[in-house]
Amino acid sequence: MRAIPFAEIRDTVARLCVEANCILGDDVIGAFKKGLEIEESPTGKEILSQLLENQEIARKEMMPICQDTGWAVVWVEIGSDVRVAGGELTSAIQAGVAKGYTEGYLRKSIVADPLRRKNTGNNTPAIIYTDIVPGDKLKIIVQPKGGGSENMSEVKMLSAADGALGIKRFVIERVERSQANPCPPVIVGVGIGGTFEKCAMLAKKALLREIGSTHPDPFYAEMEKELLDEINKLGIGPQGLGGRVTALAVFIEAFSCHIATMPCAVNINCHAQRHKSAIL
Amino acid sequence: MNLKLGTKQIRTPLTDDVVKSLRTGDAVEITGLIYTARDLAHKRLTDSLEKGESLPFNIIGAVVYYVGPSPAKPGRVIGSCGPTTSYRMDVYTPSLLEAGLKGMIGKGNRSPAVIEALKKYCGVYFAAVGGAAALLSQRVRAARVIAYEDLGPEALQELQVENFPVIVVNDCYGGDLYQEGVKEYKREG
Repeated sequence: MRAIPFAEIRDTVARLCVEANCILGDDVIGAFKKGLEIEESPTGKEILSQLLENQEIARKEMMPICQDTGWAVVWVEIGSDVRVAGGELTSAIQAGVAKGYTEGYLRKSIVADPLRRKNTGNNTPAIIYTDIVPGDKLKIIVQPKGGGSENMSEVKMLSAADGALGIKRFVIERVERSQANPCPPVIVGVGIGGTFEKCAMLAKKALLREIGSTHPDPFYAEMEKELLDEINKLGIGPQGLGGRVTALAVFIEAFSCHIATMPCAVNINCHAQRHKSAIL
Repeated sequence: MNLKLGTKQIRTPLTDDVVKSLRTGDAVEITGLIYTARDLAHKRLTDSLEKGESLPFNIIGAVVYYVGPSPAKPGRVIGSCGPTTSYRMDVYTPSLLEAGLKGMIGKGNRSPAVIEALKKYCGVYFAAVGGAAALLSQRVRAARVIAYEDLGPEALQELQVENFPVIVVNDCYGGDLYQEGVKEYKREG
């Protein structure tokens, strides 16, 4: 068994929280630049230019790209030959999120209870998804997820008879109803299959893909392309003020299905698609 | 939808004359004091109005900004401070407009009730660019918490802004930039 110290995990998570919030990925920056070339609306162009300038300021000053520094969603792949020395994994991740959000001047956006709504003060608890994999490494991805775009997300229990057309209608309609609210241009995560809750998780996981990457399955690669084209005909545009660039990418994660079901989940991300990873 | 040439400069507090001079699609820069308030602060403000209590700021002609800024780093006035989504405040907005509120800054569509109230009470709804939060922080010259400190990022702050860039979405004549803009660029089929 390889031992990884508690403090190393905590400090890595803290660093990833800050970096994910302040340094926008090159793939997103590239998508903004490409959007600037495609966009026909003068307002839309101006907004995309401002977003490019904004991320430059954020990177230089190490301040958040957006004031909503999100719910810390943490994806962990832990090798079966790894153990945590001086504590356990979940506590190390929670301690890392608290440290990152406090020391990194990130906003604390989590309330302890949905109805009584008292802020927890350090942005915990994090949402943690753990996979046990072969090997002696620990992979951590921190994905801060904003609330405005999360509010525009939805799960629908479709039937097999609805087919690919039913999926496409649901995804497009969900984006159209969202209008300006999720801060377009958006990234659309789509989960298809699995159980009710697995499907929603797949949609969130889809948002980890790099913009510009192609789905390994040609069937879904084609569906992603069709969906992106259709969404960009909606006219919503940057910030919903009208334009061609409504979405920067559509990413699908599909999973096996029960013979009676075909769930579909749409998890919308604002233009600040943030995630950073490390392997220990 | 066309952005009219030239940016209008306005100062807070807003008068009816200023509000009436603004039209859907206008690019505007705001200078003066504005007040931050989001979900829970709105609840407290409207609760106070219902009870006949005084508000933590003078609401006559005031502009409210829907924002929960990130914390200021040492030596800085404020952290990142872009707009949050406005529809969550719709339920509270008509009573604040009735009390004298003139302007709101946020992002996203407003309810028909809010758009009606803007016409009735002569108010205006502006959009700032959501997610341009580091950029917008540079237009804030001073910030201080004036109420509801226990709400953390949702506390009510007074911001002194200079040339704060916004776009008029809903004017006092019933205009709606979101509808006009999307209609212009929508493609059928």
